Amino acid sequence: MKNKLLSAPYLVWMVIFTIIPLGVVFYYALTDSLTGHFTLANLAGMGTYLPIILRSIWLAFLAALICLVIGYPVAYCIAQASPTRQRFYSMLVMLPMCMSFLLRTLAWVSLLEDTGIINNFLRLIGLTPLPLIRNNGAVVLGMVYNYLPYMILPLYTVIMKIDRRLVEAAQDLGCNSAKVFQKVILPLSVPGIISGITMVFVPAVSTFYISQKLGSPGTTLIGDVIESQFKAAYNPNLGAAMSLFLMVLIFLCVGAMNRFSGTDGEEGLMAP
Amino acid sequence: MSKELIRLSGLTMTFEDGETILNGINLYINDQEFLTLLGPSGCGKTTTLRIIGGFLTPTSGDVFFDGKRINDLPPHQRKINTVFQRYALFPHLDVYDNIAFGLRLSKIPEAEVDDRVTEMLETVSLRGFENRRVTSLSGGQQQRVAIARALVNRPKVLLLDEPLGALDLRLRKDMQVELKRIQQAMGITFVYVTHDQEEALTMSDTVVVMDKGRIQQIGTPQDIYNEPKNAFVADFIGESNILDGIMREDLLVEFFGRKFVCVDKGFAPNEPVDVVIRPEDIDIVAPDQGHLCGTVSAITFKGVHFDIIVDFKGFKWLIQSTDYQPVGTKIGIRLNPEDIHVMKKSEYSGQFGDYSSYSAEYDEIAEGGEDEE
Repeated sequence: MKNKLLSAPYLVWMVIFTIIPLGVVFYYALTDSLTGHFTLANLAGMGTYLPIILRSIWLAFLAALICLVIGYPVAYCIAQASPTRQRFYSMLVMLPMCMSFLLRTLAWVSLLEDTGIINNFLRLIGLTPLPLIRNNGAVVLGMVYNYLPYMILPLYTVIMKIDRRLVEAAQDLGCNSAKVFQKVILPLSVPGIISGITMVFVPAVSTFYISQKLGSPGTTLIGDVIESQFKAAYNPNLGAAMSLFLMVLIFLCVGAMNRFSGTDGEEGLMAP
Repeated sequence: MSKELIRLSGLTMTFEDGETILNGINLYINDQEFLTLLGPSGCGKTTTLRIIGGFLTPTSGDVFFDGKRINDLPPHQRKINTVFQRYALFPHLDVYDNIAFGLRLSKIPEAEVDDRVTEMLETVSLRGFENRRVTSLSGGQQQRVAIARALVNRPKVLLLDEPLGALDLRLRKDMQVELKRIQQAMGITFVYVTHDQEEALTMSDTVVVMDKGRIQQIGTPQDIYNEPKNAFVADFIGESNILDGIMREDLLVEFFGRKFVCVDKGFAPNEPVDVVIRPEDIDIVAPDQGHLCGTVSAITFKGVHFDIIVDFKGFKWLIQSTDYQPVGTKIGIRLNPEDIHVMKKSEYSGQFGDYSSYSAEYDEIAEGGEDEE
């Protein structure tokens, strides 16, 4: 009983700031903005935004995939280093997270924009400037840059915990280095891959700031649309319906990925 | 049985911190032999095994397999498999896939893989466990999976690193018999590492006693027990009373101011020696009939026998007897020539074989030898 009491502050916090707001989202999503009566019109009205929703999923998925391809070798190398170096390297990985998210994205703007640092440099050496900003590529770049640490850290934790003796056992049974990786290291890092993808995909799919700064009206994401429902367009009921839909979608994605990872339930780290 | 399979020649191993783990190991291992590396924690036995397995490269010296130098051959190219301490089973695979791991790597057709895995499951009595996750198995079952996973590849040599260390006594005894049976049935060379002297004596054809990175003695279990080379071996293998003596001439040794006929020879006249007397070899007789006469100072019931501590002029002996002797009784003892074993003096002389500190500490000393590595 005593131990349960310890979690009371958090429970109270969760009820006030998670459960109740969630209820409010439900309420708004399922009621009419004028009459306040129950309606499914808000959910039905999302049909027009389907291309945006699909683009959001696609770009977030792409970002998660790129993060995995870049992050796995990094995490693997860190996990192989000596303990002192491991601490140093993981600090380096976390360093960008100490900087404001907004600032990091703005920094990319000043790098990529048409009169930005890169294009100015290209002009200086006599080359044609490149269209680096206001496209899908720039948005994905922003996502990868901002969320890469969330891929590396869970991967590093999982790879580091793999028992050295399993590697030796695999060598003993006839594995060369490539086979050791394929047959032992990779399968055993699946939980890390799953949580890494989840932790990149979930915030990336609902982001709006990155697409606003690095994208164009043509690269609007679902997060932007939701934001605009509460600000410019002022249709909180539709915004709530979209949030609800996005939440269900994320749950489905996370659930599907956890199914992939097999039976052990310890992984599946969910991002807020 | 007689063909040499592995030869270790002048192996030394010094780690980066300057600690010398192995110091001049010379050893040959015959085909189909059951050889045990026996010694206390930190004696270098596991390091020796890991060098044979290819997981460590010796600082100097050579490893030969079937006459070829294999120092630089990586583990996956050696016809050697290992049963690791605490098993190292693959947690992401079930029992069947763990055992099939090596066969599939060598691209053996799936039908044959199935035959051999099934046969091996039979051998280690694990039929019906094919699809169990290895994490759901008991220690004894995991241990048998580890043995099956190694043996299914039909290696020339199986290395076993304290494979029974984590099992309870009863299971350990059963597995000792089982391992010996498998080894003889399959005709595979076993190199077995343990700190448990009883295990070593029970299972081995040859026992290699190690301490401080050196081989102290190589021999059959009976040789090692009956003819220990120095005080360390005598003390590590079983219980021993070790006394200072002087070899007066061949077949005649003097200790406690009395000359005894023995069966040892080849020492210089009047050479100081260590004399070993096993506690179970000593016959208790009436005080007036004994070669030596002493007083019982402690007695402990051990199940099969009593451990009796007897005080001979201040030097305490351990005697094992099935007869009860009350504390304070004066008793005599008789020693037959074959009960007395004479050893050359060594760096270990004077460190072992005195039971003066018996009583409470005795159990600690006994347990001290069984430290986990």
